[in-house]
Amino acid sequence: MKTSSDTAGSHFNQCTNPLVNQSTIYQILETVTDPEIPVISLIDLGVVREVKIENGDVEIIITPTYTGCPAMLEMEKDIYNALKKEGIEKIKVTTVLSPAWTTAWMSEEGKRKLEEYGIAPPNPTNPEDIACPQCKSKNTILMSQFGSTACKALYKCEDCLEPFDYFKCH
Amino acid sequence: MTNSPINDSTIQLFNYTLQQADTCLILGQRLAEWCGHGPILEQDIAMTNISLDLIGQARMLYQYAAEIQGEGKSEDDIAYLRHEAEYRNALLVEQPNGDFGQTILRQFLFDSYNCYFYEALMNSSDERLAAIAAKAHKETLYHLKWSGDWMIRLGDGTEGSHERMENALSELWSYSGELTIPVEAELTAQKEGYGVDMEAIRVKRDQKIKEIFEEATLAIPESDFSHLGGKDGKHTEQLGYILADLQFIQRAYPGNEW
Repeated sequence: MKTSSDTAGSHFNQCTNPLVNQSTIYQILETVTDPEIPVISLIDLGVVREVKIENGDVEIIITPTYTGCPAMLEMEKDIYNALKKEGIEKIKVTTVLSPAWTTAWMSEEGKRKLEEYGIAPPNPTNPEDIACPQCKSKNTILMSQFGSTACKALYKCEDCLEPFDYFKCH
Repeated sequence: MTNSPINDSTIQLFNYTLQQADTCLILGQRLAEWCGHGPILEQDIAMTNISLDLIGQARMLYQYAAEIQGEGKSEDDIAYLRHEAEYRNALLVEQPNGDFGQTILRQFLFDSYNCYFYEALMNSSDERLAAIAAKAHKETLYHLKWSGDWMIRLGDGTEGSHERMENALSELWSYSGELTIPVEAELTAQKEGYGVDMEAIRVKRDQKIKEIFEEATLAIPESDFSHLGGKDGKHTEQLGYILADLQFIQRAYPGNEW
């Protein structure tokens, strides 16, 4: 997703607002985090799909994680406010459905941050093999496919006995 | 408000989209009734999670329906300001929650339809429906796993839980068939290429029901009688009570917002 090369259009716009270029906008977006999981950025989560710059207008393309995720509206507002705060004026946040979001778009950095925060990251290679984010034991059991938010399942570690959230593969 | 003439084929696409939206919304509303009343915390959360997914799916479909209609209405207008006879949900989803067993059976009979429906709809010639289906299908895989697991656990559980599942079956089985018996909008949709082959879904669903019922030690009822009409706007008395709850605020205070 990330690109360091600016489009011709954004070079032109640097004359008016030096902030309106791909790399600066991505840097700002790195600071916008998931409202429910404040350690992971929307970039790491894979929700931000594209940044479009045209004639100084900035359009951020995002995609929903789950259809009913109540955090989506918050994410839109947070993106808007973060860019506004940095002095960017013309901002549009557009939601697209296709291609559908998948946890495969989550960055390795994002997964690491999740685990540090106490949420087991998605494990697509072996969904049965979930390590406890506290003691790293793999002796864990699924308590419920549905957890505190739409994207998580509830697990329990049989060794340290701590319950924990698992970010479901999707 | 524009007065764009809606032709027959637009009406069919609108009805087709609305039917699935209504079915998702009404079941989402039913499941939400469990909020704070689940038998254990984890299952209370599971039911409200599934409810949220279904309402999310309904919203995407209503948004699309509103665009097809082209009368400048919003998703909320469509959900909150239509009467019973304009709702096109299948009768199964408006049936009461009953006990936990009855809710599980209703959910399984629905999920075993919904999951295969979206799987097929991903190939719709209508790009928007295909995109919604791709998104929703992933969610329904979790729903089907959950309701299927509980069917087995309760059916093949204690004498008491088994009996409750049999009671639930006698309440709900006659509402199961409607989901895969096509109405006009569905036949048109299939012919036009944006809909799915209902017969193919029926075969997959029947196989899934057979598989889960066997493991749950439950006998599939012999009768294949099915109540029909929900998808054409003819409902059981249950829907009126649901809409009274769902629509009260907008009826009493039109245009009110959070």
